[in-house]
Amino acid sequence: MGKKSIDVGLDLPLKIRARHAIHEVRPVTIKENFAPGNRSCIGCAEALAVRLTCKALGDNVIIAMATGCMEIVSSQLPYTSWEVPWIHTLFENTAAVASGIEAGLEAMVRKGRIPARETKIVAMAGDGGTADIGLQALSGALERGHNFLYICFDNEAYMNTGVQRSSSTPYGASTTTSPAGKVSIGQITPKKDMLGIVAAHNIPYIATACPSYPFDLMDKVAKAAAVKGPAYVHILSVCPVGWRSPSELSVRIGRLAVETGIFPLYEIENGKYKMSLSLPKLKPVYDYMRLQGRFRHLSEDTIKQIQQRVTEEYQKLVAKAEG
Amino acid sequence: MAKRVGIEVSVAIGEVVTMTNTDVIAAYPITPQTHIVEHLAKLVADGELDAEYIPVESEHSALSACLGAAAAGARTFTATAGQGLELMHEVLYIASSMQLPVVMAVANRALSAPLSVWGDHSDAMAVRDTGWIQIFTENGQEVVDNILCAFRIAEDRGVLLPVMVHLDGFHLSHVIEPILLPEQSEVDAFLPPNDYPLPLDPAKPVTMGDFGPPFIYTEVKWAQEVNLRKSMETILKCWGEFDRIFKRCYHPVECYRSEDAEVLLLTMGSFSETAMTAIDQMRQQGKNIGLIKLRLWRPFPFDEIRSAVRDAEVLIVLDRALSFGGPGGPVASEIRSALYNEDKRPKIVSFVGGLGGRDITVSGFSEMVNRGIEISKTGSKHEFEIFGARE
Ligand SMILES: Cc1ncc(C[n+]2csc(CCOP(=O)(O)OP(=O)(O)O)c2C)c(N)n1
Ligand code: SF4
Ligand SMILES: [Mg+2]
Repeated sequence: MGKKSIDVGLDLPLKIRARHAIHEVRPVTIKENFAPGNRSCIGCAEALAVRLTCKALGDNVIIAMATGCMEIVSSQLPYTSWEVPWIHTLFENTAAVASGIEAGLEAMVRKGRIPARETKIVAMAGDGGTADIGLQALSGALERGHNFLYICFDNEAYMNTGVQRSSSTPYGASTTTSPAGKVSIGQITPKKDMLGIVAAHNIPYIATACPSYPFDLMDKVAKAAAVKGPAYVHILSVCPVGWRSPSELSVRIGRLAVETGIFPLYEIENGKYKMSLSLPKLKPVYDYMRLQGRFRHLSEDTIKQIQQRVTEEYQKLVAKAEG
Repeated sequence: MAKRVGIEVSVAIGEVVTMTNTDVIAAYPITPQTHIVEHLAKLVADGELDAEYIPVESEHSALSACLGAAAAGARTFTATAGQGLELMHEVLYIASSMQLPVVMAVANRALSAPLSVWGDHSDAMAVRDTGWIQIFTENGQEVVDNILCAFRIAEDRGVLLPVMVHLDGFHLSHVIEPILLPEQSEVDAFLPPNDYPLPLDPAKPVTMGDFGPPFIYTEVKWAQEVNLRKSMETILKCWGEFDRIFKRCYHPVECYRSEDAEVLLLTMGSFSETAMTAIDQMRQQGKNIGLIKLRLWRPFPFDEIRSAVRDAEVLIVLDRALSFGGPGGPVASEIRSALYNEDKRPKIVSFVGGLGGRDITVSGFSEMVNRGIEISKTGSKHEFEIFGARE
């Protein structure tokens, strides 16, 4: 069966087509290696991100996953949502477990004990499992140069345990351990720069993605999986429960995170930054924040402050990509 | 024929691990374990051992990497001590619960604070209930032999449990001893290749490390307990087979001049060697005394202990760890509970000593035994006595 392409818009100027390439619809596998029927909440964009990721990874993978929402929703005895080999052990050690799997296969293939299959080892963890408790194990595994892909599903808090703040929670967000109160605006620290931290390890491939841009996400995961050596993909994943947002708006909110410049989509390939999407004009951060209960308490002044920081950070990033 | 060589025990561990053709070693250095992992790193660097050596950034990651390697079906080894074993704590439970047959040497070390790099059994006792098979050793030969046995026991299809081989930090790890190193052909005859059932393999996907709600957690834990207890059969069989090939015999509980003894001393680890000398001296002085050496700590050898001490009047137990605010020595309290319901049982006297590298000499053991006999007659208002502490 040949690929059938849709030729609508092919007559548009190349420049316009390139700008919108990220939205281009293509056929993808109907195989679900992260099976439907898992226990995630309605509108969970983290589950959507895992699903798309699995489509991009295909069958020849071994997944090591950290404790967190995605682990809990997919592996409750006596069921499993996994059609590919999958292992969970603890919360903070996923990168180390992945290192061990990679080393084990490497040694056994070399000794001829198992056939060489080029199986990709993929570690998956939440923002807590990545930016906080698992940061040391991740840094160790990246620094040692294991041939593996690490994916952080960032829903900006510890959702599995009831929406506690993480270092990836954005400034001003109210969570159960950074609650907004009479004398606090909620989270008082800016979101940790995980991408900067990972980039400092000088690994071959780093990217950000969001399931609201499904083809971009799948392209990046596939590209990262093809890398020889460590690769890292950071995926913003809307959580309607923790963000207190309508569950039917998860995809839209993900879009807005990107269009406001709050969560820019980009790649760092061998140290070179590349924006995945050109945004001639950023939407106001208010458009994104007003849909989420976690920001409801913020004053106009604070939102202005946030707007200023987002614009600055975005410009810095674009400058890096252009420079 | 195996050759006898003068070799540091830590180095000998590296040599025997090499003969097992281990696939993955993940380790983090800590005194007094360092010589083991340094030697293994060198063997790998020299191409004498074809393995992946993962120089991880912590002990937590060391054992975590071992989990991954073992789940992929690789033969896996690590070593640690003291604080390192404590940092591994939550990972230890995963290895046993998920039936990942990792082998680990523990160069037993005291726990901080105050910081101490010297030996005692605090680290071992803190991980007592982690579900690992645990073997204590008394000299370099026993260490080497039991490392080899550990792989065979751990990887046995009927067991699939991780095994710790305890050796006293410095007292064993750093001494040079005459050791019979096995021939490669003997090792090959004794240790079959690792054949882990259902490893992580895209050709046959498995889900490992599920989430267990209350309706099934108890059953999973019970199955684990039954399996660990049942491993005793395999351990005995393995030691029997080892004896057949190497002509050295190991038992869960070993007795020294204990047949008709009225008074028994019980020790674990390298102190048993000094204790034997003390027993010989006291026998010469006409004391009716013997020694019990506890080799297998988990699964606990209830029957063997009961029959070994049944006929004695007094059993003096030396612990090298403290259960703060509790019964004193963890070993003594386990033995007490193993004997409590027996009709015929000795009086038990508990000593804690040899902490943080403090030595107990031959005359020290005589002193301890005399004091123990006295306590057995007069009784004591304490749960246990601390041996050799300055007031
Ligand atoms: C050592 C340890 N500390 C704490 C926990 C409790 N815990 C389990 S999951 C989790 C939060 C997970 O957050 P994240 O990694 O962001 O994943 P999410 O659930 O948000 O997808 C926490 C705190 C644990 N399992 N282990
Ligand atoms: S709490 Fe959030 S991240 Fe977790 S399953 Fe529900 S929607 Fe998804
Ligand atoms: Mg999270």
